[in-house]
Amino acid sequence: MDSPITPQAMETVMIRRPSVRGAAIITRPFFWLITLVVAIFIVTPAIGNNVELRESLLLAAVYITLASNLNLMLGYAGYINFGSIVFFGLGGYICVWLVNSYDWPLWLALLAAGVGVSALSFIFGIGILRLRGPFFALSTIGIVEGVQAFVQNFTPWGGSSGIYISPAVFAPLGGPARALWVVYFALVAVMGLSLYLSYAIKTSKFGLGLLAIGQNEDAAAILGVPTPRYKALAYSASAFLPAIVGGLYFFKGAFIQPSDAFDLTLSTEAIVICMLGGQGTVTGVALGAYLYEELRGYLLTSETFSHFQLVVAGALLLLIVLFFPGGLMGFIYSRFPRTQRLLE
Amino acid sequence: MLGIIASLIDGVLVGLVYGLAAMGLTLIWGVMDVINLTHGTMIVGGMFALYLLATALGMPPYLTLPPVLIGGFVVGVALYWVAVHRMIGRPPLMSLLSTFAVNLMLIGIGTGLWGTALFNVSVSLPGLSIGRYTFPGAHILAAALAALIAGLLYLFLHKTRLGKALRAVANNREAAELVGIPTTKLLAIAVGCGVALAGVSGMLIGTLFPFTVLSGDGYQLKSFVVTVLGGFGNPVGALMGGVALGLLEGAVTPFVPVSWTLVIEFALFVLVLIAFPNGIFARRGAL
Repeated sequence: MDSPITPQAMETVMIRRPSVRGAAIITRPFFWLITLVVAIFIVTPAIGNNVELRESLLLAAVYITLASNLNLMLGYAGYINFGSIVFFGLGGYICVWLVNSYDWPLWLALLAAGVGVSALSFIFGIGILRLRGPFFALSTIGIVEGVQAFVQNFTPWGGSSGIYISPAVFAPLGGPARALWVVYFALVAVMGLSLYLSYAIKTSKFGLGLLAIGQNEDAAAILGVPTPRYKALAYSASAFLPAIVGGLYFFKGAFIQPSDAFDLTLSTEAIVICMLGGQGTVTGVALGAYLYEELRGYLLTSETFSHFQLVVAGALLLLIVLFFPGGLMGFIYSRFPRTQRLLE
Repeated sequence: MLGIIASLIDGVLVGLVYGLAAMGLTLIWGVMDVINLTHGTMIVGGMFALYLLATALGMPPYLTLPPVLIGGFVVGVALYWVAVHRMIGRPPLMSLLSTFAVNLMLIGIGTGLWGTALFNVSVSLPGLSIGRYTFPGAHILAAALAALIAGLLYLFLHKTRLGKALRAVANNREAAELVGIPTTKLLAIAVGCGVALAGVSGMLIGTLFPFTVLSGDGYQLKSFVVTVLGGFGNPVGALMGGVALGLLEGAVTPFVPVSWTLVIEFALFVLVLIAFPNGIFARRGAL
C-alpha cells in the first residue's frame, strides 16, 4: 500500500527539517504569535463583560484544541483518527463524575481526566497502531462504538441517561456566573497549551520523526525512527488536552450523556478544520477552526442551512480533498513563499 | 441446547446477508485499494429504496430487488466519478477522506429528510418449523437470495469477459491497460457493482429488521469485520466471513446484551487484523 522506498523519498525525509531547530523556543517569533492570540482571546470578551462574544470564542477555543491535537496524528504522522471525540467524551465523563460523586476540586478532576484518558489511549495505541494506514482509521471508528457501548452500560456513569451536576459544585468557583468565566479562561489556557504543544512537537526531534512517518513510514523506520513508539506517543499526547477540554465543556454544561459526549459531529468537524486550514500546520489549523466556527454560526442562523450543517461540512471537505489538498496554508505558502519561515 | 442450535442456524441465515454486504466493500477494495466509507449509507439507501417502493408504490417487497440493483449501480458509478476517480494513485488517506465527505453529505440529507425515526417494512411469509422452533420465512428467503446473488457475482467474475477484465485490473492495473483494457471504465464499473451489492444487501436486511437513517454505521462495521475475516479483496472469502460472523452472533446473542455485540465484533476485528494483517483467507490481487 505504501509507495516503494525510492531514494527521493529518503531524501525528502532527511532534508525536511524545521527551519529554526536549536534556538530556545521562547525567542522565536511564532511563540509570541501564539501568545498574542491567547491574549486576544482573554482580553476582548473581558472588556465590557461581553458574554455573547465569550460564548462564540469559547466554541472557537474548543475547536482549536480538538483540531490542533487531531493534527498531531492527521497532519504530522499521516494517520486519520475518526474517533478523536472519544478523548473529549471520556475526559468529560471522568471529570464530571469525580466532581459530582467524589467532590474533587475541578482542577484535580481535570488533571485526572487528562492523565487517565492519555494513559488509556497509550495502551490502546500500542495495540491498534500496529495497524497501518486505512486499517488504523477503521479501528478508530470501532473504538467510538466500543466506548459508547461501554458507557451506556456502565451504571456509575448513569448509563444512557447520563450525569447531572448539582449546582452546589459551582460554589467553590464563586457561583455559577463567575464559574462560567473561570471555565472560559481555563479553556483558553488549554487552547494556548495545545498550540504551544503543536509547535513544540513540530520543531522537536520527535516531531521530525512523526513527519517522516507521515511521508514514508518504511523509509522512516529504516532511518532509525522508532515508529511504533512514536506513533503510540503521538496518539497518547493527542488525547491529553482534548480530555481536559471535554471535562471543562461538560462541567460548564452541568450535564453529560453518551449521545452528547460521543457526538461524532464534533470529531468530523475537527477533521474538516484540519483539512480546511492545512494539515500539518499549526497556524492553518487554528485559522481553520476560527473560520469554521464563524461559518457554522452563520449556517445555524440561516433558515435554509440550519438542518443541513453536515451536508455543508461534507461538501466543504470533499472540495478541499479534491481540489485543495494543501488547505488554506497550502494556498498561502504557494502564494507567499516567505510566510513559510514565520508561520509554522 | 436446542435453542443455541436454532440461534446458530438463524445466525448463518443472517450472516449470508452480511456476507453479501461485505462483498460490495471487498470488491472495491480488491480492485483499487479504496475503502468505501459510504458503504454503510449505501446499505441504508437500499433499505429506504425498499421502504419507498414497497410502501409508497405498493410493490411487493422482493420485487424491489432489480430496481435497487440497477439504482445502486448507477449511484456507484456516480460515486466513482465524484469522489474516487481523482484519488486513484494518491495516498490512501485521501480516498478515505473523500468517501467520508460524501458519506457526511448523504447522512445529512437523509437525516434532513427523514430524521432519525424508526422505519419498518413488514413481510409476511410462512416460517419453517422444526420441532419447537420456527425459522422466519423472511430470513430463509433473504439468505437464499443473498447466496444466489453471490453465486451470480462469482460467475460474472470468472466466466464473463467483463468479469475477467475486472480481475485483470485488480491483479495489475498497468498490465491490464497495456493489453487494451479500458481500466478507468472498469474501475467505475467495480464501484458500481460494489454499491449495488451494498444496496441489495440493505434491501434484504430491511425485510428482516427495522432501520433508521443512521443504521448504516453498525452494518458498515459488520462489513469491515466480515471483510477482515474473509480476506481483503476476496469476494468468496467475504461470504464465508459473513457466515462466520453470523455464527458468532448466533452463539453470543443468547448470553450477552445486544449493545455489546458490536463491541465484541469490533474487538475481534482488531485482534484478527493484528494476527493476520491480510485477513484470514487472504488472496490478494486475484479477486
